[in-house]
Amino acid sequence: MVELTAIDGRSRLRRGAVAGLITLALLAPASAATVDPGSAEAAPRAPENGAIAQLAMRSGVTAQAKPQGFRAAQTSPRSAPTERITVRDDRGVSLSFAAPPARIVSLLPSLTESVCALGGCARLVGIDRFSDWPSEVQSLPRLGGLEDAQIERIVALEPDVVLAAASARATQRLEALGVKVLVVESDSHADVKRTLDLLARLLGTPQEAARLWSAIEQDLQRAAALVPLARRGQRVYFEVASAPYAAGAASFIGETLTRLGMANAVPAELGPFPKLNPEYVVRIQPDIVMAVQREIDAMPRRPGWRHLRALQQQRTCGFAAGRYELLVRPGPRLGEAALQLAECLAALEKR
Amino acid sequence: MQATRVTAERARRLWLNLGLALTALLLAFAGLMAGSEGWSWRSLMAPDAALIVGEIRAPRTLGAWFTGALLGLAGAVAQGLFRNPLADPYLLGSASGASLGVVLVLAASALGGQAISLASVDALLRVGLVGAAFAGALGGVLLTLLLATGAQQTTRLLLAGVVVGVVLSAISDLVTTAAPDALRGKQVFMLGSTGFLGWPAVLLMAAGLALVLPLAWRLARALDALSLGEATALTLGLPLARLRIVLVAVLALATGLAVSQAGLIAFVGLVAPHLVRRFAPAPQGYTLVASAAMGGVLLLAADVLARTLIAPQELPVGVLTAVLGGGYLLWLLHRRGVR
Repeated sequence: MVELTAIDGRSRLRRGAVAGLITLALLAPASAATVDPGSAEAAPRAPENGAIAQLAMRSGVTAQAKPQGFRAAQTSPRSAPTERITVRDDRGVSLSFAAPPARIVSLLPSLTESVCALGGCARLVGIDRFSDWPSEVQSLPRLGGLEDAQIERIVALEPDVVLAAASARATQRLEALGVKVLVVESDSHADVKRTLDLLARLLGTPQEAARLWSAIEQDLQRAAALVPLARRGQRVYFEVASAPYAAGAASFIGETLTRLGMANAVPAELGPFPKLNPEYVVRIQPDIVMAVQREIDAMPRRPGWRHLRALQQQRTCGFAAGRYELLVRPGPRLGEAALQLAECLAALEKR
Repeated sequence: MQATRVTAERARRLWLNLGLALTALLLAFAGLMAGSEGWSWRSLMAPDAALIVGEIRAPRTLGAWFTGALLGLAGAVAQGLFRNPLADPYLLGSASGASLGVVLVLAASALGGQAISLASVDALLRVGLVGAAFAGALGGVLLTLLLATGAQQTTRLLLAGVVVGVVLSAISDLVTTAAPDALRGKQVFMLGSTGFLGWPAVLLMAAGLALVLPLAWRLARALDALSLGEATALTLGLPLARLRIVLVAVLALATGLAVSQAGLIAFVGLVAPHLVRRFAPAPQGYTLVASAAMGGVLLLAADVLARTLIAPQELPVGVLTAVLGGGYLLWLLHRRGVR
């Protein structure tokens, strides 16, 4: 849910962010320059010139200008000075690293999970408050969320890169303070695949992405095979919040359901997570209802909802809060989420 | 001369009564027809009409009217009591007090393991929510009055109300940070929603209005006396202190009921009495009742719009009332100049 809220807010924020960027560019040409590290890369480096080096550090454009001191020696795998790593994030900003980043901050649970799934868990030095998987991240410092990231603590951690979503409010501030921020979108399966590719290249292990994605693909196929024939094509109503907001066919949850051979009660035209008139759900009579278990329990008490045949005949998938989180995160556990949905559908058949 | 003015006022009141009754009826019909498919006559005769219209649209329509009526009444009481045309449940801290009460209940039940959704709580729990919202609303107003050291000074009162409102909503934010499970319920709640008003909610609000409206009507004379100034009211031999307490309780109960059932819905309480006074200046008793009717009509209209504008999706009704009510106030300001 937490992640969903972020996704939900993104479209709203996007325009604001664009406007903000424009204002920023107008008001502060110096900080705008930090958005484009490419130009600084071309400039000759002069470590002996203290002033320039300091300036470069402040604008955060040359990773090499940073003191190659204790930090690098501690954790970095940059033993052999290989070629530079350059990645282009979902804003179109390209970031360049002399070596795979050794200190990473993630501000989104799905990105935390992606880094770990790609084998980079040990390089995480800080996470957002909602990241909870895998268990080894639990001891890391919590740095707030997309809306209220703790800028000061993040900067003090001296991360080589911060991973954030487009809606993160901290991005501009962090960049102005010389921290590199990689912004990624995760709205669809294709986004997840692209993000995994991007992160794998960033981590210096590009081959990992393909391995991970094929594992996800296998899970998706295995899940699809689990769905009983009689259930295929039935219309699922997946509720993400009780207002009620649904996961429509256009959402990544909808995509997963499609992969399982299921139909969605909420058509793609309504957008990924529409706020529906409750009457609409009663009218369309979905074949199967999916939601957090406590909402499923409460549904018959909503006006008119006790007439939902799916509820009457217990064609419901109620998930415990912890398991539900897995379903609403567009990350490397996509396959696992699909399996969880398929297992519920298979269990429905046996009832 | 005097007689003709009185007749003219009476005529205007009659027109307003007629207008409000007619609009309410028309909107109620619209409310029965407006659903997830937009407008449709046929849905009234469809085989599933008993379910869709009888169990969902009818209580929702009535519920929206009752919520608006309670808010309109609360606004009129507040404006009369504090002799201040800007007083409304929002500005006096009672709405934020009520929402703090609700958030505390949500958070407590979330921490207790059985998280509840505002959308569909049991009758018992509804009463619990109402109680908490009532207590919160009462606390909010009293705190405001305490800070303003009475209701004499307009600026002081409004300032205190704003401060209390900000502090109380900050506390509910704090509570939701501590119990993130309550956050989801709170978001729905803050936007205001008429979507899940069922028959139990309608009955509860109807009972509340039946209790509060006659009480307010009986106390209207005190408000009339107050409008002549405190000293005059005292010389009329009114037990002002006691009457004030009862009126504050009426205000808190009406606000608490509305907020606990439909969340925070802005501007209805502020705008409804303004509209009534604009169309038909009258003694407080009439203004109170007409403001309730006006509030009902306003919120019902907003609800019908929220349902139909982007059907089958919905707009949060609180956002709609804020836009419409705020727009109306801005227009007033623009027309009359800032006073």
